[in-house]
Order: sequence, then structure tokens, then C-alpha cells
Amino acid sequence: MNEVTAKEIETKLSAGQPLTLIDVREVDEVAEVKIPGSINIPLGLLEFRMNELDKTKEYTMICRSGGRSGQATNFLENYGYKVVNMAGGMLAWEGPTEDLFTKNNTPGGKSEDSAVTPMTAGEVAKKVINKEKFFILDVRNEDAFADWKIEGENIQYLNSPYFDLLDGVEEILDQIPTDKEVVVVCAKEGSSIFVAEMLAEAGRDVHYLQGGMKAWSEHLEPVKVGDLKDGGAIYQFVRIGKGCLSYMIVSNGEAVIVDATRMTDVFLDFAKQLNVKITNVLDTHLHADHISGGKKIAEAVNGTYWLPPKDATGVTFDYEPLEGGRVITVGTSKIDIQALYSPGHTIGSTSFIVDDAYLLSGDILFIDSIGRPDLAGLAEDWVGDLRETLYRRYRELAEDLLVLPAHFMIIEELNEDGSVSERLGTLFANNHGLNIEDEQEFRQLVTGNLPPQPNAYQEIRQTNMGKINPNEETQREMEIGPNRCAIR
Amino acid sequence: MNVTKVLDAKGLACPMPVVRARKTMKEMETGEILEIFTTDKGSVADLTAWAKSSGHEMVDQKEDTGVFTFWIKKG
Repeated sequence: MNEVTAKEIETKLSAGQPLTLIDVREVDEVAEVKIPGSINIPLGLLEFRMNELDKTKEYTMICRSGGRSGQATNFLENYGYKVVNMAGGMLAWEGPTEDLFTKNNTPGGKSEDSAVTPMTAGEVAKKVINKEKFFILDVRNEDAFADWKIEGENIQYLNSPYFDLLDGVEEILDQIPTDKEVVVVCAKEGSSIFVAEMLAEAGRDVHYLQGGMKAWSEHLEPVKVGDLKDGGAIYQFVRIGKGCLSYMIVSNGEAVIVDATRMTDVFLDFAKQLNVKITNVLDTHLHADHISGGKKIAEAVNGTYWLPPKDATGVTFDYEPLEGGRVITVGTSKIDIQALYSPGHTIGSTSFIVDDAYLLSGDILFIDSIGRPDLAGLAEDWVGDLRETLYRRYRELAEDLLVLPAHFMIIEELNEDGSVSERLGTLFANNHGLNIEDEQEFRQLVTGNLPPQPNAYQEIRQTNMGKINPNEETQREMEIGPNRCAIR
Repeated sequence: MNVTKVLDAKGLACPMPVVRARKTMKEMETGEILEIFTTDKGSVADLTAWAKSSGHEMVDQKEDTGVFTFWIKKG
């Protein structure tokens, strides 16, 4: 979408350029204040009146804050019109205005209305990590909200579906605080802008979540977890909206990535910033809750992609078999990534010990929960492997290893800096799933009391095997919702 | 099915399919059926939830190559 600032429009108009301005606000809004000479076509009527427009001319779209006019710009572009959006709308306009009642022209002066401003997923993530108090008005339908929402320790919520607010926001106004920041949230952002503008008209300053829950699901927050003995470092990428954790291990100009998500640019850009070359990309197992970016990154950097062969029986592409006892070196100094065969969540699940200090546990062991064995349909078969891994193989490891899992389930698992990690010894003491002495009771816990399966988990597994190739939009839809890889 | 009105909301993103459905429904009589076409995946759950919350009945729905069709009876 093409955008221009209010200032640029003001400059062009005062220089006498013949611009055609279309204001898509409602008639009564335009009556109060408008840019002289602009034409009013309310957004809802645009599709019926667009035949009045000329495809050879350029139009500038205007509304209150730039939200509705942005929708109008996209809509007209789809029909082949030449359109640009005036960013920020009338709220950003400081040039001359007129109103319909008095026809009094004012020489300038910004509208005194309350404001709608976008808030990015990254800004919301910072608030969650800093445990800030704020208010979320989630306008998705009640099922979507109950299934998955922005989690935070000090967030206050109101779920009121946008379709119940089409007549106005008066009914919920007294439930929305004036002493906290308010963020309106929906699936993609369209409905949240719609509701946020109504709230602004009622005198409230509000934000909307830019890109909606889709952007929230895709946001990655890189956090440094610790140093390596030779001067390298290990970074965790916290996908805060979905609970996925990826890793980059860096040493002497080289990097290894573990459990990458499909937002591959984030990893490639991060490696570029650190000025390191990605040599190897590993997946601890065949994921069922999110689409792996591992293969794509390996191809982009001409590196090696590793996958446990027992998880890869249906995989359609070439990979390097990741097996117990293999050592992968990062950089010129020796930093071993030892692969440790640790089946249970999947039959091939592999853990890594990095630099004798970090245990990347994949989906076998989490901070406050353990991996579920049923997502490939074989809970009864794999429960024994899971018990063997957690109660024997992991018991043989050093207790001061820092456990770095592939997921977190609840926001309370985040440390102060937003990272997710804990000493193995502490988990042996505190994690309920590691403290069930009776094997029968353990079997009952991990096979009898399973949470719902992740959204589209079978299609996600097939995508990760290379059997299907959905487009990006479909991949986003498939990943909607929490990860649900654990049992508490 | 005895369809009274047809609404083509293909290509429209949230909230427009529900906004248009609601507007069209206002012009209809109780018991009449509105047929709606959409392409936005979010419209499936939202039209269902909207119909329920407004007292209409979702009589049937289907998906065919990316186009969703709904039949909603006015309550």
C-alpha cells in the first residue's frame, strides 16, 4: 500500500497541485471537520460508488486516523485503482480545514479528538516481559479468546466480540479503565481498528495491536542466555505469543541454529548483525505445533540441515541424520554439540549438550511440565521411552546443566529478562513430571489426561516432512493458537 | 434451500463480512434465509458466533475451493 504523510499533502495542496482527496469517514464525521475540497464517500459505500472513480487518476484516501482509509486503499488497489493512503488521517492533519455547518475555514490547528495509535507486537512483548500493568480489549469471538490470548502477569482483560459492538461502544465504556494503557486486539487488526476508532470518538486514547494476533504469534524476542567458554554465546529466540523457543549458538564467526521457526529472516538478520556464518541447522524432533524454518535456513546459507532419522521416515528431502553420540563443532575452537538420543515426545527426539553447560531438551522436558507422547498417534508406545529418557538418561547428566527447552507453556515460566531456562537439578526437585515414582501413575498422567492437540497438528507435521507446501497465509492459519506440547 | 437474499462478501476482510451481513439482515423478515459468500477464514467462526449472539440460526455452511458459503435464517 502506498502512503503519504499529511504534511506532504498539505505542501502539495498549498503549491496548487490538483489532488483528488476522498474522505471515507461517515457523513456526520466529515460534517464536523474536513479538508477543503475533499469528496466524502463513506467506507461502507465505497464498493457501490467506486465506479464513479477514474482508473487513470490518482486518489488520496483520508479518514480519522488512517485505519479505515488504509482499508479503502487496499480495497481500491485490488480493483486496479491508483490510490495512496494519507497516514495518520485527520488526527495528523495540521493544514486548513472547514466544517459543513458554518463553512468557516480555519487556518490550521490539529483536531482535539482522542487518538488511536498502533502498538507493535514487539512493544506488547516488552510490556509482558517487564510485567507492566495494561488493559486488553480483545474483540475476537469468545471461542477464539478462550482458546488463545495474549498472556501476561499484570494484564486485565475484557473480551467483547466486535460484532456485538457494531452499534457502538457505550455498553462497554464503563468497563474500560482510563488510568491504564488500553490495547484493542483482534485476529488480524481490521476489527480492532474499527472498535478503537469508536472508542476514540467516545473520548478514549487507545492503541490497537498492529497485525493482530497473527503478528503476536510471529513475534520473536532474542535474549542472550549465556556465554560459552571460548568467548562464544548462546541466544534464545522467545516466540512469546505461541511459546516456541529457538536457539542460536555462536562461536568464532560461526553459528548453529536449533529448532528454528518459519520466520527465517529473523535468524538470518540476527546472524548478519553478529557477523557470523550459519553452518548447521538442527531440529530436535519433527515438530507438530509449528512449522520449522530449519530446512529453509539451511538452504539459504548453504549449510547442513540435521533431523533425527527416526522422526524423518516420511521426509521428502535430503537431511543429515542426527543420531545419539554425534558431535557437531561450531567455530574453530571446540564447542561440541553432543546429540543425546532421548525419545518420548517423538520416537526420534534428540537433546543436545552444548559446551558441557547447556542442555537443549527439545520437547522432552520443560520448566514446569514434560513432553506429551501422543502427537504422532503413539502415546502408548512412547510412554515407556519418555519415562526412560526422563528418569534414567537425564538422571545421568550433570545437575548444573542449564535446561533450555523448545517451548514454554505459561508466562510464569519466563525469567526476569524474558528468557526461559532452569538448572537440571532444580527441575529434578521441582518439576512434578520428574517426580512420579510409580510407573503406572506416570503412564496414567501422560496418556490419560492429555490436553487438546495443537491446531492443525497433522498438517503441520506433513509440512515439516515436505509432503505439503502450503502458502504463507495458510501456514499462519495453521499455527493459530497455543503450542500444547506439554503435560503438567 | 429457499434463499431470500444473497450477499457476496468475497475478498472482504474482517470486520466487513459481518458488518454487511448484519446490514442485509436488517432489511429481511424473520424466517427468511440469507446466503453469504466469503473468502476470509476468520469469517467462519465469526459469522457463526455473530448469528448465535444476534438470535439468528446458522442453517448450513460449506467450503468449496477457498469460498465459504453460509445460509443463515433470520431470528
